[in-house]
Amino acid sequence: MLDTAPAARKAPGRRSSGPARPRRRPRMGPYLLIAPTVVVIAVLMFWPVIQIGVMAFQKVGNRQLRGEPAEQVGTENFATIFKDPFFWQTLRHTVLFALVAVSLTLVVGTLIGLLLNKLGRRMSGFVASGVMVAWATPPVTAAIIFSWLFGTTGGVVDWLLALLPDWLVGGGWDDYNWFATPLSAYTVLTVCVVWQACPFVAVSVLAGLKSMPSELYEAARVDGSGPWRTFWSITVPILKPIFLVLVVMSIIWDFKVFTQLFVMAGLANRDSFNLSLYAYSEAFGSLNPKLGMGSAIAMVLTVVLLIVTALYVRVMVRQGETR
Amino acid sequence: MRSRRLRKITLNGTGVLVFLASIFPVFWMASTAFKPNNEIFSSTPKPLPAHPTLEHFDLVLNGGIAEVSFWAYFRNSAILAIVTVLVSGLMALLAATAVARFRFRFRTTFLIMLLVVQMVPCEALVIPLFLDLKRLELLDSLPGLAIVYIGFAAPFAIWMLRGFVAAVPKELEEAAAIDGAGPIRTFFTVLLPLVAPGLVATSIFSFITAWNEFIFAFTFLDDQDKYTLPIMLQFFFGRSGNAWGPIMAASTLLTIPVIVFFLLVQRRMVSGLTAGAVKG
Repeated sequence: MLDTAPAARKAPGRRSSGPARPRRRPRMGPYLLIAPTVVVIAVLMFWPVIQIGVMAFQKVGNRQLRGEPAEQVGTENFATIFKDPFFWQTLRHTVLFALVAVSLTLVVGTLIGLLLNKLGRRMSGFVASGVMVAWATPPVTAAIIFSWLFGTTGGVVDWLLALLPDWLVGGGWDDYNWFATPLSAYTVLTVCVVWQACPFVAVSVLAGLKSMPSELYEAARVDGSGPWRTFWSITVPILKPIFLVLVVMSIIWDFKVFTQLFVMAGLANRDSFNLSLYAYSEAFGSLNPKLGMGSAIAMVLTVVLLIVTALYVRVMVRQGETR
Repeated sequence: MRSRRLRKITLNGTGVLVFLASIFPVFWMASTAFKPNNEIFSSTPKPLPAHPTLEHFDLVLNGGIAEVSFWAYFRNSAILAIVTVLVSGLMALLAATAVARFRFRFRTTFLIMLLVVQMVPCEALVIPLFLDLKRLELLDSLPGLAIVYIGFAAPFAIWMLRGFVAAVPKELEEAAAIDGAGPIRTFFTVLLPLVAPGLVATSIFSFITAWNEFIFAFTFLDDQDKYTLPIMLQFFFGRSGNAWGPIMAASTLLTIPVIVFFLLVQRRMVSGLTAGAVKG
């Protein structure tokens, strides 16, 4: 019944909240509440991670898909991978892409965040909603849109680059095929991923700036600190915890980028594979699936990401997020 | 005074440029979708269609792509998203109440687990999950896919919702308890109405997760009439890579609902994501 609500509203005066509030509840309560989640996570996340670890040392192919037991091959999958220059090429792509995309995302995102903070309230909301559109776009659509923007016939980027003077951008942009070489394909991928990822950085930075007491800035101004110095000695230290989280999350997201690259370049374009595409293509890409091999590559990916995740968890625990 | 005005104009001008650059790709998608073919492939592209046409939308909506009606894919996507929202929302509500209202052993472990699993790459898990679903004969079925989506939507939903539950003053529930309401009644009459806005925001986020998901749906689904919208789009794109009009029309139809939802919850979502980092 609703008549409990008015009585409830008077309550805060009677009793102050304390951390150690003796209340008799069944001890099992919280465990029952989290039980469904724990079961689902155990079945859908932990068990598969263990399976990756097991399959990475097995040969799993068509025969196993028909139900035959898997063949133990020891470290053969890893030996094959580590000897293969192609693996190192995909790893190089993965790391370089993450490096470039993360840096660009953070720089562009932070600049937009700072701008949003400086703008008036209505203008800031307007620009923020525009930036959000990029974040909201589904990855598949984003990849397709950028394939179209950078397309050869009717692509607006080639058209624009051909219009610009040659001394600025060089010539030969008419019908330039961006997806012909890994470097140009990754350029498109970077633009696409940065476009989608920097809104999150911008809005987080904005939230951090908004939470900052304005007295700090006034004090700095009174003390004669210029804008450059204020930025480095006040804004940056206060944003540091946010940056830590953003850097780690961006590394994780960009390291495993899959959908955009898959849609843009596809499985046929082996030259531009990254780790996750390589793992996928080994596991599902041919009529002779090598799920063990795919698992071995996926395990490399997972281990790298878990190391980064450990860093993330450490930062979050330090910031009191798990309290 | 003058320099201040100049500064304001520069700032607002930059703001408008950022806005335009951000929405340009989506704008170009929608604009292309309404252009007749000769304008799409024109050697001097124009921002807006000179002779807007609905022919591409007509083609997409009336079974012109991939023989199956657009609405069949739409239905698959919608069912998956709704099931994901309902189940992960319920799980999140229960678990968020547990972590926000009770101190118990393994509470911190549970919270750390939520953080870790959000970072586990689904690009890696797709291999073992494929085999598991195959064994359970849930491959190429929407229920199988829904189970996976629930697992991937729930951790973030809990993480986000716990802030909303914690924001409800405990005293309200205590007062209800004093007035003789049992824990279940307190939950429904006090906590649930107050957490409702948070639940809506969380639900929309889960909806978007399921609606946009690509790799699992692409790997697990085989029958064309079970495809979800992103798979349909990718399939169509792969098969007729240069039919930009219909491709952009289909992209527009896939994207608009997400953008609308997203703009509705953007603020809450961000505060949910970074609440701890910014609370200072």
